[in-house]
Amino acid sequence: MGRNKIFTKIKKPFLWPACVVLFMALPLVVDSNYITSVLIVIGLYTIIVQGLGILMGYAGQVSFGHGGFFGLGGYAVAVLTTRYDWPPVLALLAAIALPGLVAAGIGRPALKLREFYLALGTMGFGILIHTMFNEAGKLTGGPSGIAGIPYLSTGGLVFDSDIKFFYLVWAVVLLVLFGINNLIRSRVGRALRAIRESEHAAETAGIDTGKLKLKAFIFSALLAGLAGGLYAFYVTFVSPAPFGFNASVQFVLMAVVGGLGTFFGPLLGATLVVLLGEFLRWAIPLVIPGAGGEYEIVFFGLILVLLMIYRPEGLGTLGKILTSPGKKKPGAAEAGIPGGGRGYEVN
Amino acid sequence: MPDQLMQLLFSGLTLGSIYALIALALVTTFNITGVLNLAQGEFAAIGSLLAISLYAAGIPSTVAFILSIALVAMLGGLLERAAIYPARRASGLTLIIITIGLSISLRGLALLIWGTETYSLPAFTKGGPLFIGGAAVNPQSIWILGLAILTLSLLYTFFELTYAGKAVKAAVVNRTAARLVGINPGTVSFWAFMGSGALGAAAGIFIAPVTMTTYDMGFMLGVKGFVAAVIGGLSSVGGAVVGGLLLGVLESYCAGLVSSGLKDALAVIVLLAVLLVRPQGLLGVLGERKI
Repeated sequence: MGRNKIFTKIKKPFLWPACVVLFMALPLVVDSNYITSVLIVIGLYTIIVQGLGILMGYAGQVSFGHGGFFGLGGYAVAVLTTRYDWPPVLALLAAIALPGLVAAGIGRPALKLREFYLALGTMGFGILIHTMFNEAGKLTGGPSGIAGIPYLSTGGLVFDSDIKFFYLVWAVVLLVLFGINNLIRSRVGRALRAIRESEHAAETAGIDTGKLKLKAFIFSALLAGLAGGLYAFYVTFVSPAPFGFNASVQFVLMAVVGGLGTFFGPLLGATLVVLLGEFLRWAIPLVIPGAGGEYEIVFFGLILVLLMIYRPEGLGTLGKILTSPGKKKPGAAEAGIPGGGRGYEVN
Repeated sequence: MPDQLMQLLFSGLTLGSIYALIALALVTTFNITGVLNLAQGEFAAIGSLLAISLYAAGIPSTVAFILSIALVAMLGGLLERAAIYPARRASGLTLIIITIGLSISLRGLALLIWGTETYSLPAFTKGGPLFIGGAAVNPQSIWILGLAILTLSLLYTFFELTYAGKAVKAAVVNRTAARLVGINPGTVSFWAFMGSGALGAAAGIFIAPVTMTTYDMGFMLGVKGFVAAVIGGLSSVGGAVVGGLLLGVLESYCAGLVSSGLKDALAVIVLLAVLLVRPQGLLGVLGERKI
């Protein structure tokens, strides 16, 4: 264990920047719009799941309503740029602020709920927002949505191509990763982890659990809104469809697949789920002729079920478990969320 | 105007009976197993679609109905063995995520088999509407109300008058003690899922003549079943029935007098309001269960 740590300490300063540089060169080397667009989608989802990961993995709360926050961000950009002619950057700021404000409003009472009451409450919230997108026809364009969103531009820089957008999205991902890296090592991060392990114990230790959970909730909503705003600028079109309950489930799936409470979990989870989705969209019509890619949801559901039964701690901790044979592998019973998931130290 | 209100009341009670049936299945399973089954609505959708397909294949309606109820009951039992039983020691939240996974898988499966078309069943009995107090009542509504009353009396008979029912109640009150006297909570959980599959399918079949049946109708039905169950306090059988009827009538008045598009939002608003203001339900007393 000790030697391993030294190794990583030597390698780390060079390893990560090298990986980042290699990754950032990817769209220049592989000249494929398809791959670039898939990478952009992975980036956007990673941003959301990073926030959700803080909420689920560190604060130990669940949300089945983040599709709603994602949508609020998207619609904020769409409505403000097309109906009120706001400058794109201001609209993007609004896309971050609006879900944050909504989360601040509903968070305090909602986070008093526990377990399935919280799951039901957030799910209800997500459905409500989704219904509003469909029903508030004058503002949101109803089921057909809003088209003609301008490109994101600031000063002379216009994000009008996939490659430019790729750099923008992944710069945001890196920034968020960096921010979260600092956050989880701080006093706040330790306090959040204490809440996950035991809310009562955390309270006894003088942590204002209500306030911290609320902050984690708002933080996750801000990030979902940011991703939603970027999504709207990328696709230049929004409709209610991508912001429904299935989206919320997909985000939870990504968070769980990647491993809750792990540093790279959100990135891993978003990547695996998006790649799996792309694979299924290609493979399903081959196996079942005439079937469209929408059946991928069957597999997403099955994977979620299997993971929760056999590996609730996600795939991100696979290596960790192998390197520490002394530590017993947590079973479904111990590692269920919240209060489980184990506090694997990530370094 | 009073005629219209009366009319809306009856259609609300019809709708409400269905919500009450779904809520009954939810509450019964929740009490017995501690699992809040978010796939409950899917049982109704699949039951209804199966019955429609069997009926369309030329099987007499009664046989088709019974067959599809039996098949969905088996599906419920199968899912319990495959997904719930292996995770029986996990936290409530893990279990709820499992049922959400099951529900989206079942929905995808229904989409695969039945596509996005809308299906319908003929009414169980022919004939024009009955007139009660100036309101026209669809005969199918009477069937639905009948099913709700029958289910309630069956549940009552089972839990209060039979030996097996008492054993199940014992397993609800104290699992360990029930196990000590030879009641197997695993078996009880299996039968609870079988039962909720059958009940869900029956509810789906009975509303098929009055609503559009699509592969995704289970989602909103399930959500409304929850809202009804939450109004009633989540663990009370009587509460689930009252909650279902209340929600149905509220929705009907909202759709008839305000806007039909807001009908679904109303259920969710009621859910949020109850959860935030009175999580123990309108009728429930705060039990020992943690909220």
